[in-house]
Amino acid sequence: MLRVVSGISLIAERGQVTALLGANGAGKTTTLECAQGLQKRSGGSISLLGHDPAAAGADLRSRVGVMLQDGGLPPSARPLPLLRHIAGLYARPWPVDDLAERLGIDTFSRTTVRRLSGGQKQRLALAAALLGRPEVLFLDEPSAGLDPQSRQLVFELITELRDAGMGIILTTHLMDDAQRLADYVYIIDGGRNVAEGTVQELLRRGPAVETGTDHVRTLTFEAKPGLDLSDVLPADVVVAEERAGSYSATGVLTPQHLAALTAWWAANGIMPASMTLQARSLEDVFLDISGKDIR
Amino acid sequence: MNPSPVDAAGAAPGFSTATPVGQEPASLYRRVMLQGKYEALAMLRNGEQLILAVVLPLLALVGLTVTPFLDGLGASRIDVAVPGILALCAMSTAFTGQGIATGFDRRYGVLRFLSTTPLGRGGLIAGKVLSVLAVLCLQVAVVAAVGLALGWQPTAVGWVPGLILLAVGAAAFTALGLLVAGTVRPEATLAITNLLWILLGALGGIVIPAERLPAAAQQVVGFLPSGALGEALRGAFLHGALNGSAALILVLWTVIAGAAAIRWFKWN
Repeated sequence: MLRVVSGISLIAERGQVTALLGANGAGKTTTLECAQGLQKRSGGSISLLGHDPAAAGADLRSRVGVMLQDGGLPPSARPLPLLRHIAGLYARPWPVDDLAERLGIDTFSRTTVRRLSGGQKQRLALAAALLGRPEVLFLDEPSAGLDPQSRQLVFELITELRDAGMGIILTTHLMDDAQRLADYVYIIDGGRNVAEGTVQELLRRGPAVETGTDHVRTLTFEAKPGLDLSDVLPADVVVAEERAGSYSATGVLTPQHLAALTAWWAANGIMPASMTLQARSLEDVFLDISGKDIR
Repeated sequence: MNPSPVDAAGAAPGFSTATPVGQEPASLYRRVMLQGKYEALAMLRNGEQLILAVVLPLLALVGLTVTPFLDGLGASRIDVAVPGILALCAMSTAFTGQGIATGFDRRYGVLRFLSTTPLGRGGLIAGKVLSVLAVLCLQVAVVAAVGLALGWQPTAVGWVPGLILLAVGAAAFTALGLLVAGTVRPEATLAITNLLWILLGALGGIVIPAERLPAAAQQVVGFLPSGALGEALRGAFLHGALNGSAALILVLWTVIAGAAAIRWFKWN
């Protein structure tokens, strides 16, 4: 037996977007498919709206919407008849015309699925998942293939659905998705969840930095190699010369730190070639936790 | 720890459509009927499937009435030909057509997606069976009409056993089609089901009775679903008989292929 996923424990609440964040092959889709009842699990327990998804009947399935990674739509179908067909499987579906208009599907309603662009397919698959006006919505890589406009549209709708009380669980390998959408993030690596928290909580996890509640930021600059900054910035700011002449300072930076650094540059006649101040991104956190190895 | 859940009552005001409704599935009857209709229409809109389901059987029917293969087996060539062509129709739709459609639906994740909707896996299979029966009804109507126009004179009492046996044959071929579609790649399903359609159609005892086949084939074809269904339908429409042993063979094929499909069908 192949253990793809072992040691994942997570909770997704109503009215929240819960993101499973991880590299390709981390076990996100497998986790989702077990929760959807699409894959038999060999152990562990899953509760979906209080029921075991492995034994889900039509009643439970009608309360859950699923958008698969590969869409799962027949290539020869046209969007509106397909949506009407799926809507007919529910007692009180979302009106097809309204949903099609909201997701811009009415603009390509006469094109067969096989001729749709990646973004159009994604929007159609999202509509198909929403027709039952579900309480729980599973989205596997919802932003894959979306152009910026579609992405905006889809993200706004997801946020709106979340605010209306839907419980949304999505997978993504894009930090930006998680940062923009998720209320709570689980970082999945090697089939287990290795870190969890709100985006803000995760961002506060610094490398060997005591953080308190302030944001960790990183200042990078390029100047002549071999500068000794140890007396310029306090010990809780981690300073490193990552390549010759390329420096980074990470920590809860204050205006006083910046003033001290620039004053030191002025006193020593140093003019950096470039400097950037950045909030720590989820990507940094992710790389810290998962390691930087390509796998 | 997890943040506390947001109460649904705190939802955005004035937005009702997105609000979860405590959804219920449509009735099982409605779900299966909808899926059957959807799949039947998809099959009828597909040009290749239509050729396989209607055009080729009609060509074979005409071919058998202008050649001497069936001479001496019944009152007229057409009387012997039509039951075999009806059996061929069942193989076209239930085995080849349905098998190919299911194989590609599996490739594209359609089966997985639909099994997460209220339709579910059971409803999906029931819908497929229903669509096969619906298309087969149309085929029977077309073939019977053309046959009657060409002088077909079926035994009146043959219709009841004939249609029952046709349904049993369709069940056997549906189970076999699902078994192939659920276990190999769709391209292989396409090749296997088309090749078997040609081989069984020509040499499987379906339109040409066993006694007109080479001696080596005669021993075998009676046990094939093609030979059993062809024999059973000729017995019904030529003599008004219900061929019990052929019916038993078809039921066995249905049970064995059905069990194998349940055991080995891969949904993804």
